[in-house]
Amino acid sequence: MEIQPNQNLGIVVAGSVEKGTEVRLDSSASVEDMVVGRYVTIEGKKRRFFGMVTDISLGVTDEEITISPPDTNDVFTAEILEGAATYGSLHILPMLTISDALTGVIEEPQPVKTLPSHFSRVKLASEADMERVFGKEDKSNFNIGNPLDMETKLCLNLEELVKRSNGIFGKSGTGKTFLTRLLLIGMLQKSKATNLIFDMHNEYGWAGSFEGGKGGVKALKQFFPSKVAVFTLDEENSRHRGVSTDFVVRIGYDEIEPEDISLLRQTLNLTDPAVEAVYQLKRHLGKGWMLKTLDMPDSDETEALLQSMNIHESTFSNLRRGLAPIRRLPFLVPHAQMNAVNSILEYLERGINVVLEFGRYRDTTAYMLVANMLASRIYKRYQEKTEVSMAGGITSPTPLVITIEEAHKFLNREIASYTIFGTIAREMRKYNVTLLVIDQRPSAIDEEVMSQLGTKITCLLDNEKDIEAVLAGVNGKNELKTVLARLAPKQQALIFGHAVPMPIAFRPRDWGTAKSYEEFNVGSASDKKAEKDIKELFE
Amino acid sequence: MSTKIGEIVESTSTEFTAECYELNVIPALGSLVKVAEPKVEIFGIVCQSGTAGIEPGRHPVARGKDEESEEAVYQSSPQLMKLLRSEFQVLVVGYKTEGKIYQYLPSKPAHIHAFVHVCSAEEIKHFSQSSDFLSILVNTRLEIPVEELITATLREMSKGRSDTHAFMVAAGKSLTWILSGDYRRLKTILVRLRQ
Repeated sequence: MEIQPNQNLGIVVAGSVEKGTEVRLDSSASVEDMVVGRYVTIEGKKRRFFGMVTDISLGVTDEEITISPPDTNDVFTAEILEGAATYGSLHILPMLTISDALTGVIEEPQPVKTLPSHFSRVKLASEADMERVFGKEDKSNFNIGNPLDMETKLCLNLEELVKRSNGIFGKSGTGKTFLTRLLLIGMLQKSKATNLIFDMHNEYGWAGSFEGGKGGVKALKQFFPSKVAVFTLDEENSRHRGVSTDFVVRIGYDEIEPEDISLLRQTLNLTDPAVEAVYQLKRHLGKGWMLKTLDMPDSDETEALLQSMNIHESTFSNLRRGLAPIRRLPFLVPHAQMNAVNSILEYLERGINVVLEFGRYRDTTAYMLVANMLASRIYKRYQEKTEVSMAGGITSPTPLVITIEEAHKFLNREIASYTIFGTIAREMRKYNVTLLVIDQRPSAIDEEVMSQLGTKITCLLDNEKDIEAVLAGVNGKNELKTVLARLAPKQQALIFGHAVPMPIAFRPRDWGTAKSYEEFNVGSASDKKAEKDIKELFE
Repeated sequence: MSTKIGEIVESTSTEFTAECYELNVIPALGSLVKVAEPKVEIFGIVCQSGTAGIEPGRHPVARGKDEESEEAVYQSSPQLMKLLRSEFQVLVVGYKTEGKIYQYLPSKPAHIHAFVHVCSAEEIKHFSQSSDFLSILVNTRLEIPVEELITATLREMSKGRSDTHAFMVAAGKSLTWILSGDYRRLKTILVRLRQ
């Protein structure tokens, strides 16, 4: 029999604030109906508590029963012992207090600082309770899915969410990309922030791929043609995929700074002296240093020049070998006619979100080089603008959210302090720029950066280190570990941090069916243009 | 209707002994009997019974060597009916006053010479709505094994009920709570109840 929301599940028999409460399951409730991650309310004498089932266990009143249990065919004895000498118990982590039972005052959910008293009754959380805790879908609240095993909508306040850097984690193939796309759609609908997406696998611009299915799913531009611009590094590839692009990004060698090379030291296998040499070469050769370095002939003059700069021959050849892959990137030109940074900024200022597709250039070198170059220059402009606005009292620039994939490559312990993303993650929203970090190896990301992420959404992770890294510093970490490790490999995720009052496991909204697309229209009613565009799309 | 079966000849707070009005007409082990007094009805479970000579010093002797049946023995020696008597012991398990049943000991013992009745099916059903009385049985020291008495009692009570299984399970659960910490003893009883 399915458990009813008002049914008594059991009573509190033990507990501690740190470890949570132990609840003896009522004999009328079957232990098999209980699920880790379910939400419950505990009716204390003075207040109501809201918590999550983090563990379920079987107990016996007498250890002897486990040693000599009734025979398998002795149904009678088993029936008698069940619920009398054997029992189920739930481990519940109270997380919030949701109202004052004495006065009946409904207040904002508060973090838990105490425990329900002995024998307090435990019930499944009702839809109304869930709504009170997680909010209703409205102007700034976006429905990202349903809590596991519930019909209630789980809503995120996206205005709040984008105020800090956030992370989406999960093993490969667990639905990170779907989740990100969902979140981006939400941001486009409900928050004032603009997005810059470094789209390594061409998933977010026009259409995304669908694992195991034919064809693709719609992405941002098909929903918000007037609010999304697709930039590409690989025009030919974009054309093949039938994507109409707004801008083809070309990067001039003269735009590359020694700092940009410095952070590629791991990828390019550069030694420390080689990195040093880059700075010296820039000083000596000026703006076109990179081409000049690559084109330097093996002559006595070169030798003399290197000697004058104190660069050893082996260092120089290490540098040249390292720089060779960069040279092979077709989107690099001696001098770009149109400055990509300026174009991106121009779009962003008009409130248009920019997706930068990498086409075929999915290797780490290209992605890191471009993402870091563009982001650091854009960040600089935002910094300047914010500082001006602070001094002059004019409005600060619209918040910008930068989405990066394979984040551990930018944010690992060795280079997090060099890359712009490390700075953004640490300095947070001071300059109105935040990150949306997507990664499958959270353990490789610098701890300092991880600790600065406001909200984390994680799909299934099974590596112990990754789980540790994601849950570091979270209240009830051990309990959440159990929940995290038991998520389904697909379409289930755990969200916790700044934007939600308590951690919650959920099933993200459907994506890819006509019905799911239609549902997204409703929320964008305010955007008349987008609505019209979408209508046309379905005709 | 309950039937009068005997009369109390010895009484304490916890138990009483009754003499049967007729030789060998003894209530079954574990059956529920009651003593109706003016203000209170005392309920008890038959926990022991037996037949012996009236005088303690005179031991009955065998008389049936030349008789065909047991009945013939009594026919040829009619005095036996007067020289022998049947008695049974009852463990007090509750009482009823002002229409309400309490499954714990009454404040006063039953009177000597009070009549003992065998309870009717209706009364048994009414009394056995709760199985709190089982704790009295469990915690008593008797000549016969308590497990035997408990099994006999529950069997007697379940007779004539339509919901025998449900009754046994409910009683079994009560026993489980009472005997928590003594699983072996519980198992002994449950095995007997199952058969």
